[in-house]
Amino acid sequence: MLNWWLPENVSTFGQDIDWLFHLIYWITGITFILVTVAFLAFLAIYRDRPGRRARYTHGSTPLEIVWTVVPALILVVLTFLSVPAWSKIKMTQPPTDFVVEMTAKQFNFQFVYPGPDGKFGTPDDKTFLDEVHVPVGKPIRLNLKAQDVIHSLFVPQLRFKQDAVPGREIASWFEVTKPGKYEVPCAELCGFGHSGMRAWLYAHSAEDYARWAAENLKAEAAPATQQASAGEAGAGETTRAAGPAPAAKGASNR
Amino acid sequence: MSATTATAHGHAAHAEHHDVGFVRHYIFSTDHKMIARQFLFMGLAMLILGGLLALMVRWQLAWPETPVPGMSVFLPETGGILEPSTYNMAFTMHATIMIFFVVMPILAGAFGNFCIPLMIGARDMAFPFLNMLSFWVAAVAAVIMLAGFFVDGGHAAAGWTSYAPLSAVPQYTGTNWGQNLWCISLFVLGVSSMMGSINYITTIINMRAPGMKLFRMPLVVWALFITAILLLLALPVLTSAVAMLLFDRWLGTSWFKPAGGGEPLLWQHLFWYFGHPEVYILILPAMGIASEILPVFARKPIFGYHAMAFSMIAIAFLSWIVYGHHMFVSGMSPALGMAFTVTTMIIAVPSAIKTFNWLGTLWGGRIQFKLPMLWALAFVWMFVIGGLSGIFMASTPVDIYIQDTYFIVAHIHYVVFGGSIMGAFAGIYFWFPKMFGRMLNTALGHVHFWLTFVFFNVTFFPMHIIGVGGQMRRIYNPLQYEFLQHQQHWNVIMTVGAICLGLAQIVFFVNFFWSLFAGKKAPQNPWNSNTLEWAAATPPPHGNWGSTLPTVYRGPYEYSSPESRDDFLPQTQPAPARAGAARH
Repeated sequence: MLNWWLPENVSTFGQDIDWLFHLIYWITGITFILVTVAFLAFLAIYRDRPGRRARYTHGSTPLEIVWTVVPALILVVLTFLSVPAWSKIKMTQPPTDFVVEMTAKQFNFQFVYPGPDGKFGTPDDKTFLDEVHVPVGKPIRLNLKAQDVIHSLFVPQLRFKQDAVPGREIASWFEVTKPGKYEVPCAELCGFGHSGMRAWLYAHSAEDYARWAAENLKAEAAPATQQASAGEAGAGETTRAAGPAPAAKGASNR
Repeated sequence: MSATTATAHGHAAHAEHHDVGFVRHYIFSTDHKMIARQFLFMGLAMLILGGLLALMVRWQLAWPETPVPGMSVFLPETGGILEPSTYNMAFTMHATIMIFFVVMPILAGAFGNFCIPLMIGARDMAFPFLNMLSFWVAAVAAVIMLAGFFVDGGHAAAGWTSYAPLSAVPQYTGTNWGQNLWCISLFVLGVSSMMGSINYITTIINMRAPGMKLFRMPLVVWALFITAILLLLALPVLTSAVAMLLFDRWLGTSWFKPAGGGEPLLWQHLFWYFGHPEVYILILPAMGIASEILPVFARKPIFGYHAMAFSMIAIAFLSWIVYGHHMFVSGMSPALGMAFTVTTMIIAVPSAIKTFNWLGTLWGGRIQFKLPMLWALAFVWMFVIGGLSGIFMASTPVDIYIQDTYFIVAHIHYVVFGGSIMGAFAGIYFWFPKMFGRMLNTALGHVHFWLTFVFFNVTFFPMHIIGVGGQMRRIYNPLQYEFLQHQQHWNVIMTVGAICLGLAQIVFFVNFFWSLFAGKKAPQNPWNSNTLEWAAATPPPHGNWGSTLPTVYRGPYEYSSPESRDDFLPQTQPAPARAGAARH
């Protein structure tokens, strides 16, 4: 029941997460049903009726051992099953030549591509506001930074979430499996404009991506183009207007 | 030790000989039972405020940016519509008030004060004056916290977790004095908590009645003992952290501000090092209350008394080494995250043991569905849901997805409302006769229970669903996101549920205050219970026990014992009724 509510998964590691989710869903679901059946049955069978005395017992050591060891074993197994996925998602970086930097600030995600020279911090870097384009079927390395407060980059359909912490650069990665336009909300409270802080992730097929990169990542691509394409992302526009001057707006609200 | 006992005896004598006057009796009282009542009234008053704040939040989520009924009085410039900054303030203060000024005062403050001396057979707390001070310092903390609503810029709006640097720099939230007062209030509350916890620990160690061995103590006393130890060790971490935060805001230090070389994650480590034991501070007393009530109304000894006590001790130890599970995607080392997964999975085991022992207590019982029992049963059932949903978060890969979604909000409300608050209601319905000398109205009690139970689930269960659907916590307007549009109807259902849940509490308050003055006079032991508090007069006098302390002959849960013709055998009864004649 609960698992029907997961959004469609479009990342490589997302299926590992969903598999664990479903496993835990079934384990806890069955446990809940068994406990509830026993609970309600006891309430019905052992309800107060005249002429019956309660069973006088202080417990049972074998039962205590059983219900200590069985949950412990299940949880140990769950731990071991969680380790490989965690290690794959957060502790290792698959080799890739595709690197994007993201800097979060109140209340935007700013994505930087290294440009034709493949290096960050050079004049040909290309910056996009609340918009990131990637090809499918290729590991994407995303380095997360934050300018002011903690933000969190969340891509529900990719099962991706990582906080961006000011003063740190956090490396993360993902690989999209299906072309599309995916919503990228901020998941960590970051101020009054937190709600509506959102970017869009465009996953293109290899050819479409090449076409997009040719138009937008070339050295001669004019800044105006970037502005226009950032504007197309659209919906976040109203909240973004409030972005640049947080203190002023916060004060005027009261 | 002998000095404290002498003090307690002195108080008893004092109370018997002459009246202490209105102020010393009702306001600056050193009587643990009066202090318990003071904590209870404070908690209940704050419950109304915390609940109204929650309803504001729910209204905004169901019908975003429409005027909240009645709020135009407080927000005339928007006509009652919550703005994002007001909304952030509302959920921040909802959680802060519910955790620090409702659940802690009621469970640790009121039941801790009321139950510990009475149930171990002491005349009062070890340090009655410190006890009084503990309440009044908490009251000052509450006043400081409430003052934050009236300052320019509004109250704290960085979440109850107040993650730095959002909370450390006024410009980031636009709140200045609100956040300062939030820090000061929690600092003061930390001092109060320390006085209370030292008192509880000392009292339990030193002042048990003759025969009250540690393993004859009722489980609620065990629970409160362990809670006091956690309070003593965990709260000072928060107290220090809020002081550091205040220094960052006022004195230009940079504990948490990266611009000056500080580390934002340090706040999270400090906060959750306090925050995870805090979760157990909120739930252990409720577990104790349920363990107390289930045997009484199943007319059966608690199943696995020692397992129950040791599992609580295990929870207390483990609660120090699981806190990192709040920080899996925070940027903390993922290797450390893996270690915290292991400990988090382990801490689920003692909770499972407790649940199975509660079931074992029901098995073969003679279950009487009286009001305290209904609440205790609801506690057990809802705690099962809250406990099981925690396993999703313990698995690090799954937590990547559900961290910061409504799934977490569902989990915490099943534990803190379904657990702590239902446990508190169980305790109030159970001990009200002893506390106030009158019975609560049964019919109103049933109305309150069933409405609360049903609408609690209507309000909080769908949070699991929308959380799995991806809805983030702390967002102002779900309709700003395309991927959340399709599940907005759940937000409406939950808000309707929350409003009904709020209205149901009116029944409780009516019953509470009506019964306080006009309820049926309570007999000394209305539930035929074994524990010591029911051997005291109703309501117990200052000093509790008259001229001689009670003597304890057995454990607290001897129900339906073959030694006795009755189905209960009080701890104070020298010898079983049947065998009695021969032994005397």
